[in-house]
This record gives sequence, C-alpha cells and structure tokens, in this order.
Amino acid sequence: MSTLIEVPPVKHKREVLDQAVIRFAGDSGDGMQITGSQFTNTAALYGNDIATFPDYPAEIRAPAGTIPGVSGFQLHFSSNEVYTPGDAIDVLIAMNPAALKVNIADLKANGILIVNSDSFKEGDLRKAQMTSNPLEDHSLDKFRLFSVELERLTRRSLEHLGLDAKSMDRCKNFFALGMCYWLYNRSMDPTVRWIEEKFKNKPLLVEANKLTLKGGYSYCEATEAFQVSYEIPPAQLTPGLYRSMSGNQALALGFVTASQKSGLPLFQGSYPITPASDILHELSQYKDFGVMTFQAEDEIAAITSAIGAAYAGALAITTTSGPGMALKTEALGLAVAVEIPLVICDIQRGGPSTGLPTKTEQADLLQALFGRNSEAPIPVLAASTPADCFWVAIEACRIAVKYMVPVIILSDGYLANGAEPWRIPELSDIPEIPVKFATDPVTFLPYKRNPQTLARPWAVPGTPGLEHRIGGLEKQDPTGNINYEPLNHENMVRVRAAKVAAVAQDIPNVLPDGDREGDLLIVAWGSTCGSITAALKAQRAKGRRIGHLHLRHLNPLPSNLGDVLKRYKRVLVPELNMGQLLWVLRAKYLVDAVGLNKIQGRPFKQAELEQKIEEMLGL
Amino acid sequence: MGTATLPPPLTKKDFQTDQEVRWCPGCGDYAILSAVQSVFPELGIKRENFVVVSGIGCSSRFPYYMNTFGFHTIHGRAPAVATGIKAIRPELEVWVATGDGDALSIGGNHTIHMLRRNVGVKVLLFNNKIYGLTKGQYSPTSEFNKKTKSTPFGSLDRPFNPISLAIGSEATFVARSVDVFQGHLKETLKHAAAHKGSAFVEILQNCNIFNDGAWFSLTERDARSEHVMQLEHGKPLVFGKNKDKGIRRKSDGDIEVVQLGNGITESDLVVHDAHHPRPSYAFLLSHMEHRPGFPTPIGVFRAWDDLPRYEDVMSQQIKDVIAKRGPGDLGKLLRAGDTWEVK
Repeated sequence: MSTLIEVPPVKHKREVLDQAVIRFAGDSGDGMQITGSQFTNTAALYGNDIATFPDYPAEIRAPAGTIPGVSGFQLHFSSNEVYTPGDAIDVLIAMNPAALKVNIADLKANGILIVNSDSFKEGDLRKAQMTSNPLEDHSLDKFRLFSVELERLTRRSLEHLGLDAKSMDRCKNFFALGMCYWLYNRSMDPTVRWIEEKFKNKPLLVEANKLTLKGGYSYCEATEAFQVSYEIPPAQLTPGLYRSMSGNQALALGFVTASQKSGLPLFQGSYPITPASDILHELSQYKDFGVMTFQAEDEIAAITSAIGAAYAGALAITTTSGPGMALKTEALGLAVAVEIPLVICDIQRGGPSTGLPTKTEQADLLQALFGRNSEAPIPVLAASTPADCFWVAIEACRIAVKYMVPVIILSDGYLANGAEPWRIPELSDIPEIPVKFATDPVTFLPYKRNPQTLARPWAVPGTPGLEHRIGGLEKQDPTGNINYEPLNHENMVRVRAAKVAAVAQDIPNVLPDGDREGDLLIVAWGSTCGSITAALKAQRAKGRRIGHLHLRHLNPLPSNLGDVLKRYKRVLVPELNMGQLLWVLRAKYLVDAVGLNKIQGRPFKQAELEQKIEEMLGL
Repeated sequence: MGTATLPPPLTKKDFQTDQEVRWCPGCGDYAILSAVQSVFPELGIKRENFVVVSGIGCSSRFPYYMNTFGFHTIHGRAPAVATGIKAIRPELEVWVATGDGDALSIGGNHTIHMLRRNVGVKVLLFNNKIYGLTKGQYSPTSEFNKKTKSTPFGSLDRPFNPISLAIGSEATFVARSVDVFQGHLKETLKHAAAHKGSAFVEILQNCNIFNDGAWFSLTERDARSEHVMQLEHGKPLVFGKNKDKGIRRKSDGDIEVVQLGNGITESDLVVHDAHHPRPSYAFLLSHMEHRPGFPTPIGVFRAWDDLPRYEDVMSQQIKDVIAKRGPGDLGKLLRAGDTWEVK
C-alpha cells in the first residue's frame, strides 16, 4: 500500500516504550469517539495489543462546553498483552476546559497534556465552572502541557477550500489525531482510507479532513513541539489473522455464525435501547445471510415476536438492556413454559430504572437468574471480553437448541463498546449446531422428552400430523394438554429445573488461571476479566499464591466449582454490583467468600483490585 | 396421473379437538367456535398450515379447541407472537383469537402495530364489553358509567370503538359480525380469510354471566332490523324492518338518516364501497352507531387488499439484497474490515 501523504524524514529523538494509555476527551460534539476509534484501528493494524474504553454521556448533545457533555475515549496499546484500558493515562487530549476538568485527575505526573487553547476563553471556563484559567495559573505544572490553537490552525489549513467556519471547526479533532500519530510514529494511511470511504460522496470533506489530519502531523514536525516521539513495537500475539472487535459486533457475528452452523434462519426481535442497539444495527446489515431483524413496537413485542419465530422454526434472539429485561420478564416465563429455544441478550448498564444508560454495571445477574414469577430457571452465560461475545453467542444458541430452553447472555456497556484484537477463527474449527425437527406423527407427543437432555421435540407449524396446542398454562406430561393436578405440576416444575441443570453436562470442568491452589481464589464473571487478569499477573509476580476463576456459565454453574473453591484459603469475588455472584456462591457452597464491590458506572482499576488482594492476604 | 387419490376433503369434525370445552354454558364463544370450525375446512388450506394464536381471557382458550397448531400465549401479546410466526413462515394461515381486554387494553399496542404493518394475520376480537375471566370488571369497550365489581359507582372511562381503532391503525380489512348471526358470521369469516393482509373482525359476543344482554338491542328479533345495518359492497346503505331507511350524504360531507319515499329513493343513498383505498369513509361508517337514530353497521367496512403484507416485504428485502450482493459468505464476513496478520 502506498503512503498517501508524504512524511518527511525523522530528525527528533525517538524513544521505544512497551505501552501507552491515551485518552481523547472533548465535548460530545467534538468527535472524540471517532478520533479514538481511528487511533485504535491504526494501533491494531500496526500489531499492538489493545483495549479501549469509550465513555460517553447519555445526552446526545448536552449544552456545549459543559461538564455533562464531556465524551471520552481511552485506549491502551502495547507491545505486550493488554488486559485493561489502563488505570492512569500517559497522554490526555482535552478539547475544552470541561474535558480537562473531568479527566485531569487520571493523567500521570509528567504526562503529556494536549489542550485546544482556542477553547479556554472566559465563557468556556465559565461553562466548565472554572474560576481561573488553568493554562495560566500553574495548576498544570506537573504535566507536560502543550497548548495548541486547534481551531485557528485547523482553519488556516482549510482556508483555501471555501468551507464555512462551522464545517472547518468540525475537523479540528483530526488535527489532534494527526498530532498523536506523529507522537507515536504511526502511519496516517488507515485513517485516510477511512476518510475517503466515509465521505466518498463529499469530496470537499475528504479533502478537508485529510488536510487537517496532515496539518496536525506536520505541525509537530515543523514546530518540533514535542522533543521526543515514541515507538511502541507490535505485540507478540498468537499467529493468525486479526481484526479489531467490539462486544456488540462480536455478538452479532456470533449469531450469524450460529445461524449458518445450525442451518436455521436468524430472527432478531428488538427495541432500541442503550447500550444494546448496535447489535440491531449490525444484524440489520446482514440480509444477505437471510437475517430477519424486526424493530418491534416495544420490548415485549421484541421478545414475543422472537418466541413466535422460534415456535415457527427460527433461531430467534432478542437483545436489550436491564430496563428492557424487566419488561420481557413475563414472556421469559412463557418461553420457559413452552420450552422453545430463544436467546436473550442483556447488555447491562447502571440502574435501577433508567439509571446510567451509557455506563457499565453488572447488577442484572440476580435478575437473569431469578427475575421471573414462580420457578422459571433459565441457563445464563456471561461474556468476559469483547471478542468473547462471539463465542458466547454461539454457545448460547447451541444450548438453546439442544435443550429447548431460553438462554440469557449477560454482557455490559463496557464489553459492548470496548474493542480488542480478535483472532479470526477458521470456520471449520467452529462445530456445527445439530437441529432436529419432529416429523413423525406416530411417535409425536408435545412434551415427550429426550432422556439425556430432557428436551421436548421442536414441532413447527406446517408439519403434517403434528397439530398440537401449547401455551402458558401448566401442561400434562407428556401430552401437553392443560392440567392442574398437583402431582403433575410438581413433576413439571422439577423436570424443567432438571433440564436446565442438565446443561452442566456440557460445561467443561473449570481450571483457575494462576495458582491451582493457594491463599486466595478470585472468582468473577463478565467484563471484570481484564482488570483481574492484570492484577493477578502483577500480584503473582510478587510471589503471591493466587488463582483466578472467571465463570462463563452462571446457571448452571460448572460441576467442579465447589471443589475448586475448597483449594484456597480465601475467596474474593470482585463485582461491579453489591455482591450478586457473591450471594450465589455463599448460598450454594456455604463458602465464606468476600466481595469487592464498585458501583460507579466504571470498570475496576487494576490498582483497586491489587489493594483488595493485598488486604485479604494480610499484607 | 388420474389414479392418485386426493385426500378426503376436510370437515368441521377435523377441526374439533378431544379437549372438553370449558366456557360457561350459554356463552357466545361456542357459536364463534362452531362458525370457525365450519369455515376452516372450506378454505382449501391443509390443516397443518393453520395456526391459532391467542392471548389471555375467555376467548383465548380458543386454540385448545381447534385441531390445528395452536399457541396460547400471554396477555395481549398474541399479535406480536403471530408476527414472528408469519415472518418465518409467510405461507402459514395464522388466526388470532382475542378479546376486548386482551386486544384493546393490555395488548392495545401490539394490535395497532400489527395492523399498521399489514401482517397477514386474521384477528377475531370477541367483544363482550366486560372482563369475564377475572369475573366481571369493566373493559375498554364498556359504556361510560358502567357499574361493575371494580366500579360500583360507575366507570369513568370512555370506551374504544374497536372498528374505529382498527381503521385508525390503517387496517386493510375491517369487519364486524355477531355471535348469534351464524350465517353472517361465517360469510364475514370467509371474507376475512380471502384477504391477504391484516384482517380485523370484531365479533359482538354475549357474556351471559357478567354482562348478559350487552348486545340485545342488536340481537333481539324485534330490535334487530331497526338497529342493525348490513353493509354490502356496491349496495346502498339501507336498514329498517321494511328496508325503508337509508344513509345519505349531506352537502358538508357528513351523513344523515333519511326515510325512503316522498321523492327520496335508493339512488339518493350512499352506495357502500368497501374497497376504497382511503379509510375516511369507513371511519365515518364506524362512528354512526354513537349517534341518535343511526343504526349499528355490521359486515365488511373496509377491504382494501392492495398493500403488500409485512412478511412478504420482509422476505422480498432479503431476496433483493441477496440478488444484489450474492448470498452471504460467512468466511468473508468474519474477515471483513481492516485485518492484520500476526506471524
């Protein structure tokens, strides 16, 4: 690939580092998510390992320049394996005073701070409730501050194009991006390609964005603003073909893969909700795979249409977040009662009620496990990293079809929007999902069960001789006729529970990372995996005997979990909730586990985990 | 050829199940069940291709008594379940049995959205103007000031007119019949069956336990012809024991009841046009029963079948994309976007 923009030879000092954490912060209209995604993509293509943390407000456009309007995108890129987006940041780009105020606490001492000095006028400071100008009052002295007139410089780069001031100002994020590319010796090609594709029908904007990007790069070159630039060599990842993958994208691809591997048409019933909507956006593009996406009138129609589709023989899914889960509850019970395959994705966010729509939390575990009337057990799976969502989607579909059950997938806002490199699997390495529809009228009974899985037959309308009735009323085993007899009901309740418990036969024995026995076992689930892995590595490097068990299957739990818990002196359960898995483990295994609980809408920092580990080890 | 024996034609009996029907003796639902079981064999559709879907309520027990595929779902959600079924299997003949509470109260949202999408589902709304299965509270079609268990001093709600609601939801087929008018009911059901898009049929049904006589002014032999007007496409709007009254357009676009004779003939009357592409005339008809001196129309208000069905549009879109892009290649999809090789 030829370089589209000429880069002059390097004259300055170049330092090699093994990692960096960079955060772009600005107003929600400043394009920080795009800027961050572009840097991420470039770093990933270069071969770094990456982890990202997009953090944006619930308001589409809060009043410009205010604290609630600040949008951020953090990226950790490294020549080693990366597990988290990073605790503290090396480089902060602050597009306005509010962004500076919200983010400065996370910048390391002597860290690089790039600010758009054009937005530090009196009015801008007032909107951020600042009484003095931090660029002048020495409050930023402990950082390497680079005040750059981003607006003026951007306008100057573009003045010959005849764009209006507003359009020119909209490009300024790419000036900052160009500076960062210079700082980390990155090629601008991937972003240039993106610009050309994104604005392919607007040649003027292609030109403007390319010029601005190049302007930022050349500015660093010409002014020698930074005395040093950095080189972060590619990471040694497992060989293979990679792409950057976010959690929601991975779920979508996982479902398409499951559809292909099962030979069942994919039907998604969904109602838009943050942070799950991207799954609908993604799947709606895959009509060439026969994917049917149905944007329903509400959350209830989203799941009940999926139940109808599953009844008619589709691989049916519904995708939502906590408030939507609450609305789907009654229909989940119906899916349990009629025993049809269905996958429900809950992309968790802060709650209760509307809560923190764009922030992450893990507080829907007990809702997923128990949030239905009466005895209505459902298998529950949780993804641990953005790319893991792909495999969890396939696993959920496999269980749903094999056991004729609804299956809940728990993801969260952090996984949904965060990205990491994903090694693209060979299709032949992904097992087929066998499906068998009932066809024989002679042996057919609606609730006659497979002795191994306890699954009832999947008998789709249109099959001659299999006309039968199902519904939410208690059914007679195995005819499916309405039945209110006491012993039949007890039997059916127990059979439905036994069927879900039987899923455990497909769950491999779990093996903790780190020490296989020792002083402390960390048991966790979901998006905390990265921070815990990083903390575990750091603590074990200090000679501590710790294991880490990250659960994918939360119902049923792996059969050997109880044994594993006994091999450690103490058990720590870190969760972004008030202690929900902790509650389950204590109840089920009578283990005196301890929680580490954070409910701030943000992921764990590695340091927070390490502190708790040391506290529990009596250090 | 020629020697192949055709399967024997289906009969009413083929659509009856071995389940004991558990509606109250004298309930209007029996008559509706009988009419549906009589009409289904005449539609030329294989039995395995019928699906009867219901929500919750007395009417929603319907699927258990129909020897077809049947799905008794949850309260109000039958239209959404039916939409999912039709999306996957457009060739199936899907009928929804529902009631005034199920379709217009708890499931109102799904009813209107299924109708506006024109999903090819037939909805039979059993309207008895009362909540029966919960033992006698007022419903969204109960008249104002209705005294019930939950409204001892009278209800404060103004009722829905189901026909107006369906027309307002852009339903392409809207009709009304009555449980005890068996011949008319069967004819109406056949009209609904022949419609490709969403078909909405309100069936006035008597709950002899909690709201007995709700429709007596229309069903009692003496009152019937004075208060009921049968709609027939292409025929003038006449009613009355001696067919001596009719509906005439006024110069302001409104309608009025006129007495035939004294120079007024049938040629002065509105000629019923069920196939009009716009719903305003049907809406005007649906509202006349609320006006003094006007009859209650029964029959097909609207049957405009030029709008494609939702499920067909959905599968066509998939076909179009495949025609344009070719069938999806999973290997390519997983490798899409920017990729890099680690060696």
